[in-house]
Amino acid sequence: MSDAARIRRSSRESTVGLVVAAGLVVALVTLPIWDPERTLQTPLVVVLIYLSLAQMWNLLAGFAGLISIGQQMFVGIGVYSLLTLAEDRGIDPYLSVALAGLVAAVLSIPVALFAFRLKGGYFAIGTWVIAEVVRLLVLESDSLAGGDVRSLTRASLGGYSRDARDDITYWLAVGLAVGATAIVVLVLRSRLGLGLRAVRDDEGGARGVGVDVTRTRLVVWVIAAFWTGATGAVILLNSPSARADSAFSVLRWTALVIFIAVIGGVGSTTGPILGVLVYWFIDEQLAEADTWRFIILGTVAAAMAVVAPKGIYGLIQRWRPVQFFPVRRRLVIPEEPS
Amino acid sequence: MSWANAAVQGVLLGGLFALFATGLSLSFGVMRFVNLAHGDLAILAAYLAVSTTAALNVNPFVSLLVVVPVMAAGGYVLQRFVFDRTIGPDPLPAILVTFGLGVVIQNALLEHYSADSRGLDAGAIEDRSIRLTDGIAVGWLPLLTLVTAVAVLIGLQVMLSRTRAGRAFRATADDPDTARLMGIDDRGVHSRVMAISFATVALAGVFLGIRGTFGPAEGTAVLLFGFEAVVIGGLGSLWGTLVGGIILGLAQALGNQVDVRYDLLSGVLFGHLLFLVVLAFRPQGLFGQRGRT
Repeated sequence: MSDAARIRRSSRESTVGLVVAAGLVVALVTLPIWDPERTLQTPLVVVLIYLSLAQMWNLLAGFAGLISIGQQMFVGIGVYSLLTLAEDRGIDPYLSVALAGLVAAVLSIPVALFAFRLKGGYFAIGTWVIAEVVRLLVLESDSLAGGDVRSLTRASLGGYSRDARDDITYWLAVGLAVGATAIVVLVLRSRLGLGLRAVRDDEGGARGVGVDVTRTRLVVWVIAAFWTGATGAVILLNSPSARADSAFSVLRWTALVIFIAVIGGVGSTTGPILGVLVYWFIDEQLAEADTWRFIILGTVAAAMAVVAPKGIYGLIQRWRPVQFFPVRRRLVIPEEPS
Repeated sequence: MSWANAAVQGVLLGGLFALFATGLSLSFGVMRFVNLAHGDLAILAAYLAVSTTAALNVNPFVSLLVVVPVMAAGGYVLQRFVFDRTIGPDPLPAILVTFGLGVVIQNALLEHYSADSRGLDAGAIEDRSIRLTDGIAVGWLPLLTLVTAVAVLIGLQVMLSRTRAGRAFRATADDPDTARLMGIDDRGVHSRVMAISFATVALAGVFLGIRGTFGPAEGTAVLLFGFEAVVIGGLGSLWGTLVGGIILGLAQALGNQVDVRYDLLSGVLFGHLLFLVVLAFRPQGLFGQRGRT
């Protein structure tokens, strides 16, 4: 008998969690069939977009120690890539979503070259500066016409009917949110994720055992840029007009996203899901008062960071430790024969 | 001639940026604390001055007597009861708290004062200037701003090097654990540093308000310019902060001379680009030591 110790990542809850998650995904994908009035579908697009952004920010800040306040740069790059590819070049808009992610991923590499020289809080402000630079360059650019409102016209949206477009945008949002969650789970289960957590816990120690810290961080940075850029493109599909100031808005695409992740729980895969539910609930209570949304969510998030740094998920863990996603490694040692 | 004039105005503008940066530099230097609400606090101080001048019917410079102590007290209390709880090896809680605070301040100002631009009217000083040559004139107000920045930095330097409190600041900065063993109340030091930081940024905010108009969203620019001045000058060096502010002011003023599509933005863009160049080629800044980032 091989009685060697083994590493297990799944648990009873995580099996239940996966079944529940699979059920949720099926429900989300089939929603247009049993919600013909779109009472749930329309608000869900925004909620799912925020889940996608929050998972990516959480991957960077919660696992890779890259606390970025510049993610709006990749949203904006996604928006303007879609405009350029679909509107100006006539490429299929849905293919352009993936290409927009690719543009963001490529541009994220030179950004990292500068930003990775800074650490902690200074990295945060540094990414913010670079996002401002990109916003100003877009504003200045004649070919992007960043100073004006630009929209996707019917011609560039091709032969799709309005209903079909709404459904496709919704499914893309589902794909982004589910995909973002899956990416985080897969990254954490991989060798890369093991390295990330080693770096997070003890950077020097991780270097000592041979983790290439910069490379590990760069890979995660590029993944998050790709997904955030593609999400930016879907944001444009959902409200087909944009100007540079809204496409590169730090409040909308980074501050709200951070608040969602922090309220739910930074550093866990479940956290952003819980956070986006809180966001959805609060947003439903407020008619259109944008400022109050920021004041309430900002206050809650700042208070959470002091009293409950692991968010709602952390509070649940304190009460009863459960693990819904099979990402944590546990050592299973067979009992000694007595 | 206009280039020379732009250079002079840039140096003067640098005084304002140095004031933005002083508090950031000090709190990072002593306790490795990065306050992302710094810029929004400057704008909050400017609005406080708007309300104070209106309520007491005084000159904005007189309102400093109210605004600066109120802000300093706010900084002391916030550090004592909120910020200090986030200081630790993980930078995330401090970033989240201060970033959240900044967003809340900005939106609360928007809610209370509306999005309209405001200004602080300091009277005749705003228009007076000293004519150096035909094309170059030095405004009293920008000159006063620069002189104030230099005076604040000299005052801080003297305090740090000559006084007992300053010695405690430096000891806490160098080695907080040993400082504590020597009987220094490091939490008290943190609160005093934050009070000074808030006082300087309040001063900066009021000068900004007198200089031109401002709105609730302007805090971002104050934070980014202040941060750039700190990094260009070198982390942990107060005089570097002054030089960093002046270099940034020069870059923005000279950048404005270059003709691009949106005139108002180009100077800001040039300032950002200069910052990135410094980051790429001299990440420790002009006066910083290696390994202190």
